[in-house]
Amino acid sequence: MSTVETTPVLDRPGPPTPSVARAGRRPTGRINRRTHPMWFLGPALAILLVFFFLPTLFNFIYAFTDWSGFKAEINPVGFENFEELAGNGTLWRALRITVVYAVLVAIFQNLFGFALAVLLERDTRLNRIARVFFLIPVLMSALAVGYVFQALLKPEGSLNQLVEAVTGQPFTYAWLGDTTWTIVVVAVIHAWKWMGLSMLIYLAGLKTIPEDIIEAARIDGASRWRTFWRVRSPLLAPAVTFNVATALLGSMNGFDIVQATTGGGPARTTEILNIFIYRTFGQGLFAQATTMSLMLFLLVALMAFPVIYVLRRREAVL
Amino acid sequence: MSSSFNSDARIWRRLQPVVTILLVAGVIGIPLWLVVVTAGKSQGEALNPDLSLPSEWHLWDNLRQVWTEGEVPAAFFGSLLVVVPTVFGVLAFGSLASWVLARRATRLNAVLYALGISGIVLPPAVVTVVLLLRQLGLAGTAIGMIGVYMGIYMSTVIFFVTGFVRTIPESLEEAAQIDGAGPLTVFRKVVLPMLRPVLATATILICLYVWNDVFYAFFVIGGRIDTLPLNLFRVASAGLYLNNWHLIFAYVILMSLPLIAVFAVAQRKIISGITSGAVK
Repeated sequence: MSTVETTPVLDRPGPPTPSVARAGRRPTGRINRRTHPMWFLGPALAILLVFFFLPTLFNFIYAFTDWSGFKAEINPVGFENFEELAGNGTLWRALRITVVYAVLVAIFQNLFGFALAVLLERDTRLNRIARVFFLIPVLMSALAVGYVFQALLKPEGSLNQLVEAVTGQPFTYAWLGDTTWTIVVVAVIHAWKWMGLSMLIYLAGLKTIPEDIIEAARIDGASRWRTFWRVRSPLLAPAVTFNVATALLGSMNGFDIVQATTGGGPARTTEILNIFIYRTFGQGLFAQATTMSLMLFLLVALMAFPVIYVLRRREAVL
Repeated sequence: MSSSFNSDARIWRRLQPVVTILLVAGVIGIPLWLVVVTAGKSQGEALNPDLSLPSEWHLWDNLRQVWTEGEVPAAFFGSLLVVVPTVFGVLAFGSLASWVLARRATRLNAVLYALGISGIVLPPAVVTVVLLLRQLGLAGTAIGMIGVYMGIYMSTVIFFVTGFVRTIPESLEEAAQIDGAGPLTVFRKVVLPMLRPVLATATILICLYVWNDVFYAFFVIGGRIDTLPLNLFRVASAGLYLNNWHLIFAYVILMSLPLIAVFAVAQRKIISGITSGAVK
């Protein structure tokens, strides 16, 4: 936690400082193939190649076949899978739902995490205990979190009972059965699970802001509110980059929470790509599942670069 | 103006503890309370889970029923069988590679590093990995599952460890090299001990992901080897357990306990580990 500049995941993955620069200092050039043999990279790269890159490459092949659980041979079919999925609207629908879900999760998770970090910033005993409580959902299995909220949000569940107790009116809204708003509810649940992690990262970001900058703003007559928005929040840019990128790209690859709360329903309005993949795979429609898996890969790859680029540029400006 | 800064601050200081307690109670307390009281109820009482206390506590009976009928011990060992080798393998191979990537700054290594960390954002190909494992004869085996997890989380390790190695001075390694130690000895005796903090962070994160994963496990070992989340998924989806909320929540408690216990013991370390990795 030394400075704000040396930071987060997805951050400055640039090459290490060239050893040429150091050669002047150390003429012997001790870093070489004898002291740091390249074969040390072997096991890690082999695992990555076999279990990560090869399946990804397969995605680009088997999405163009009729691979299924119903027959033994696999034949190339060109763009048939894409045409079929695009033709009946499933493709755009799943892509749209995935992007909407990811954006909602990124917004809620960061709002909650940031608010908690500001609330629990001072190192009092109460705040330290509260932080631990907000980390419990992070440790819990996402599946378990989904079941807890499924029970909590039933039409006759505890949340509605609490609303009834407060308002005195009967209240039986089906939080997880609304074709318009359920996706928002599920995104809030996803954000609830991970907000503790965002909170920790924002807290670490807040700690890196030197006390004297805040003091200077105060002496200049800035109000607390103004100090906060004008002086402190811009300095949190690295934490924002990390949190937004991980929430956005992570939730596009989400599955557990949606599966445990709605299973993709009602009327498939929360069917994000991984739910679709899971469902079609279970039906033996392997080629369709592969096609969607490829679409997810392309979606994340296409979004990862602009998201990281925009956030990093914003960081540089501030 | 300065006085308004101070009076704001004073009001906030008084209000903050109240807001904090209410928020913890409402946002975290209610869901956790629901889990505990429902897990303590009889089947009849738990049909429609609510926040009321059970008329009689059945927590122990429910935990025992889940333990025996839900095949928890087998699932627990399945989880351990997958998690432990994954964590060891990914840390050992990942840090070995990271050390060379961080120290030998060639153009090739810059490319390899970029490839190595690309898995942090890119989603794994879950469907075709099944096909590949079948071709390798590893479908449905623990080794196949461990390989898939290592492939997914290798990027995380390479990213964290490479960044960390760059902050360690080379002089200690050089001293050992002058004494005639080979690269493997230098790595094991000099580098690895210094990596302890970053390896602790990576261990926590990977344990968290793998212990709780159900999606990849479903594709790779579903139906062959049981892990705790897979078992919970099966138990909760099965007709037998439909609406048996007391058993589902008893299972949730059993499954979360190991992680919560680890967290309770190493809480401060874990928090500083996670945050130092993200915002240094």
